Amino acid sequence: MSEIIEAIFEALRLVLSLDADLIEISLRSLKITLSAVVIASVIGLPMGAWLAVYNFRGRRSFIVVLNALMGLPPVVVGLFVYLVFSRTGPLGVLGLLFTPTVMILAQVFILVPLIASIAHQVMRDLWREYADLLSSLDASLWQKIGTLLRDGRHGLLTASLAGFGRGIGEVGAIMIVGGNIDHATRVLTTAITLETSRGHFALALGLGLVLVGLSLLVNILVHLVAHIREVEE
Amino acid sequence: MIRGGILAALTIIFANFANAETLRLAVTTTFRNAGLADVLLPIARTDLGIEIEMIVVGTGQAIALGRAGDVDAILVHARAAEEAMVADGHATHRREIMYNDFVLIGPKADSAQVSSTQAAADAMRAIASSTSIFVSRGDDSGTHLRELMLWEKAGITQSARIVEWYKAVGAGMGTALNIASGLNAYVLSDRASWLTFHNKGNLELLFSDDPVLFNQYSFLPVSPTMHPYVHHNLALKFEAWLTSEKARILISNHRLNGMALFTYNAVR
Repeated sequence: MSEIIEAIFEALRLVLSLDADLIEISLRSLKITLSAVVIASVIGLPMGAWLAVYNFRGRRSFIVVLNALMGLPPVVVGLFVYLVFSRTGPLGVLGLLFTPTVMILAQVFILVPLIASIAHQVMRDLWREYADLLSSLDASLWQKIGTLLRDGRHGLLTASLAGFGRGIGEVGAIMIVGGNIDHATRVLTTAITLETSRGHFALALGLGLVLVGLSLLVNILVHLVAHIREVEE
Repeated sequence: MIRGGILAALTIIFANFANAETLRLAVTTTFRNAGLADVLLPIARTDLGIEIEMIVVGTGQAIALGRAGDVDAILVHARAAEEAMVADGHATHRREIMYNDFVLIGPKADSAQVSSTQAAADAMRAIASSTSIFVSRGDDSGTHLRELMLWEKAGITQSARIVEWYKAVGAGMGTALNIASGLNAYVLSDRASWLTFHNKGNLELLFSDDPVLFNQYSFLPVSPTMHPYVHHNLALKFEAWLTSEKARILISNHRLNGMALFTYNAVR
């Protein structure tokens, strides 16, 4: 019990003292996961809409596979990306291993199926309402997808936020491809793993509370922005 | 908005390319956990005017990273594996830097009575015959390889080490110590990791000071012939610094509660 109280004080101390390392690590966590969410959304959201609108042979199987990939184990993605970007791997010549870039890439792999699957569910429901109207207007495939994306943006926000939630708490992949290098690739989750292994439980739990707080803050901010926009419209 | 997002993402991605003067080291967990990295690296960075990045892993993984050319040099502690790496041409040479020793940690009650044994092999045999819980790193690290050697010396075969008392956790030193602390189990550790560990619980140091527990740390630059893109000149610069008088003093003076954690023994 005392450990938990100690951890809460440690978290407060870290936040209130604006600990330089904590800020650096938190910003890096945000930078990597937000970049991954933006890229994965640019790929995943239109993919979800496209799957809702466009009927093709094998669509059902495609969706089943996509849904299954939502549970893609990060550590497997990490290992795969590591092997590809290792100097002995096919893209090793780029020298990107142990950089934030490759950490973003690994997270994109993890997030695209999740974001696309949730987007597809949102878009499918919306498409039921819009299908007749848009078809009678003779809209092109891309016009249909565009309309769905625009009118379903609130649901899509949920998809992106789910992606953020998964990315910010992820440790398996970024530990392998990032290497947890101090001042280079250390993020909140890998720092927590490190402090736990050192037996610094208070500090580890303190970092954990910061991570939870950060995740909450981003969610609140995004919802506030969405709400303000809605009111303005 | 989406276009702005893509642009921002691309900027972030390509901003990471410029890292030419960076030496990348794979080091054993002890080097960091014992606090020596924090003492040496900031000074080395200033003296040499280069960036030094450190990836902290077990010796097995450090050697694998070196063999793949993913790091410029390694600092590890498993002589046979190091010599094999040099023989295979993946490392240019092996330079001994410093040593400490392995220690046997266990519950204060010492159910296996290892503190009264005379040799490390006897201590291991005592643990096995009393089937006291033993936590093994199980990760091909230098500590794990030494533990396996001790079992062999003790005549305890792999098939005799059954899961009821022998727990191979496949983790770094800190995690293994945490698990041992939780299980009140025996565990082999290097002295520095043990002394700097914060969650000792009911564990204490029960056996040490057998020559077979000697633990040498060595520096191996990755071969630029095998791996043309490694920063070999930076690795050599760092090696020269690591074996300098300045580094000797820093390593020898790195103490915890008055006890030296490493003994410098580089030959100049």
